[in-house]
Amino acid sequence: MKILLPLIVYLFLLIDAFNAVTSSVRDLVQPLIEIKKNGTGNKLAIHAWPKVADLPAQHIPELLNAMNRANPLGDNWIRAAISKISDKRDSTLPIDEIIQFLNNYSNHADSRVEAFRIIQSSHPKRAELLIPGFLNDPVMALRREAVAKKLSAAKKETNKMERINLFNEVLNKAREIDQITEVSNALKEDGVIVNLKELMGFVVDWQTIGPFDNTERKGFNFIYPPEQKINYHANYRGKSDSVKWTPLSTEHELGLININEQYGEIKEVVAYAHTRFTFGENMNTQFRIGSKNAWKLWVNGELLFARDEYHRGKTRIDQFVIDGKLKKGTNDILVKVCQNEQTQSWTKQWEFNFRITDQEGSVIHSGN
Amino acid sequence: MIKILILAFALLSLNSLHANWLNFRGNQSNGFSASKSLIDLNADQEGAWRAKLPGRGLSSPIIVGDKVFLSASSGVKQETLHIFCFSGSTGLTLWERKFRATGRTICHEKTSVAASTMTSDGSKVVAQFSSNDVFCLTLSGDLIWLRGLTYDFPNAANGLGMSSSPLIAKGVLLAQVENDAYSFSMGINMNNGETLWKKDRPRAANWSSPTLFGNGDNQTIILQSKEGISIVNPKSGKEMYNFSEGASTIPSSTPAGNILLVPSNGMTALEIQAGQEKAKKLWSDNKLGPGTGSPAISKDRFLVINKANVLTCARIETGEILWRMRIKGPSSGSPIATDSHLYFFNEEGLGQVIKINDKKGEVVASVDLEETILCTPAISGNGLYVRSDSFLWKFTN
Repeated sequence: MKILLPLIVYLFLLIDAFNAVTSSVRDLVQPLIEIKKNGTGNKLAIHAWPKVADLPAQHIPELLNAMNRANPLGDNWIRAAISKISDKRDSTLPIDEIIQFLNNYSNHADSRVEAFRIIQSSHPKRAELLIPGFLNDPVMALRREAVAKKLSAAKKETNKMERINLFNEVLNKAREIDQITEVSNALKEDGVIVNLKELMGFVVDWQTIGPFDNTERKGFNFIYPPEQKINYHANYRGKSDSVKWTPLSTEHELGLININEQYGEIKEVVAYAHTRFTFGENMNTQFRIGSKNAWKLWVNGELLFARDEYHRGKTRIDQFVIDGKLKKGTNDILVKVCQNEQTQSWTKQWEFNFRITDQEGSVIHSGN
Repeated sequence: MIKILILAFALLSLNSLHANWLNFRGNQSNGFSASKSLIDLNADQEGAWRAKLPGRGLSSPIIVGDKVFLSASSGVKQETLHIFCFSGSTGLTLWERKFRATGRTICHEKTSVAASTMTSDGSKVVAQFSSNDVFCLTLSGDLIWLRGLTYDFPNAANGLGMSSSPLIAKGVLLAQVENDAYSFSMGINMNNGETLWKKDRPRAANWSSPTLFGNGDNQTIILQSKEGISIVNPKSGKEMYNFSEGASTIPSSTPAGNILLVPSNGMTALEIQAGQEKAKKLWSDNKLGPGTGSPAISKDRFLVINKANVLTCARIETGEILWRMRIKGPSSGSPIATDSHLYFFNEEGLGQVIKINDKKGEVVASVDLEETILCTPAISGNGLYVRSDSFLWKFTN
């Protein structure tokens, strides 16, 4: 008992000291987590940052944990502190703990990626060994590392059937556009055609109505009847004639909805595209739209985003990724696409593409 | 004659205070350096170096003492934003900070998310990216503050990318964020990153950069847009003078003493009394319109490269054309000049040194870096710095 008592006291003191340091790191980093829009919180963060950046490397896992609670601005504050700490090449860097953090899917995507970057720069060989394990990772930035490795191996396979099998495995895992198209092109060379439209989940069947007037670009903010109520049987006054809902589908490889096909290459006009998307549960999702025209997007009557810009670059896949929600059952999705007055050859397009994914980028198909 | 001497003295005194190169196109945003001219561009010269970059960028280097600062972007979506500090003497990386873009990173293939040149007040540096992320750091790489202006205002973005370079005046950072969907300029407190003022700007894509005009208490900032130019008080954002005859949205205005060269109707020269709310148009000439790059000042002359790769030398005060010569283009960056030489890199990586006087221009040296170059070089002390797609280069005498 005489021996045990001091040991117990020592252990309690050790736990207290640990808790004190942990809570003090938590307190130190808190202003970086509380950063808000419009520079709010900068004043406090300015005082906190040098102290956080002065911590020994052993506290990096706590800073990664703090990134779990920060917004993207706070993430950058913390990233800069980790970078400054890493400059010191402190031998106390707890690499195993950081790997543990990386492997824990419950940590936030950005903090896990930051953990991987730390491992890459301090222990590149260990980082390399971790990559194959990212093949099913919900974080796209990590998964793409594993996909790239597997794709590279598949390309080296000399047996055609084996190669096709490997490419198909890669395709099954890839989530990012550049990698999907790269595999698709490689398979095409081996005579296999991939249905990208289906694979990437483009919504291809719409009802459209138009053209409404967009003279002087005023139609963008003008509320035409489809914004108030969807009624496929209604007729409305359009730009020059009565307009009604008509179906428009696409066979385009990447799901491009070409509105010119419906109404001709006309200018200073507005069209609406509507679809009903059926889903089995309530879920936070990402609505991914591409358009070189001005556009607005409503989901279940809620305006999610509006972009008043014409022909600055081409229509791209996932050009805008907008957070939103699908509800269980039928979801109303309405897109307003505007064409302006420009007459140059590169301003003819009146188009968009659209798909829905979960928050990790995996495709969601309609249950229609 | 007296006016010319005053102009030359003003240019010399402003630039010879130190060998820094603090902004896009130099300390006075006019492409002029009082440094001794380099007469050769030899990558093998002792003291010359090149440093590998992790990603592309159209931004130019800036220089504070022996430190060279540069931004770059990398990643499949250019989502990683890099800020570098190199040793000017050795080319070694002194520090690097990496951030993640909080705004949109989609841009035209030719440009980059790292398109805006950094700026410095001599003790801090600021980098702005096409994602409208803004970072203020000490010269040692300590973060002072940051802002995400597209994070704050989600429609502040251009589908082709943004490129206006920020400036510091009177302790205020001026960030110009102008595009079709949502345009504004903002004055940010350099000490703490707080917004001092924000003013709506014409809703139109604008890649030109703000320009410093005047000095000391009379220092103002020129904002340029398709509608013209606006001279604003950096502390309040209050407009002091407006020129409404339109201006280019790519090349920027160029100050030369109390004269401002505006890329408007070709080129227009305005005489502006610093701190006063009036200006006098001196001349306007559509033969002096720039291509993508902005003019450079040298003594009482300015030099401008047009879309047809013709370099023209003209008098600042009168617009009188002194000589013209064809150079090897095409170019995206702006030329820079000393009293006696002009330096210019074309898109294919060909660097040209042109000896200039009142009578003619003559190519006296060239170097082929065999890399795409879309930015403007920088001069400081005995070094000329330029960034290509993969490297930052230093040339020296």
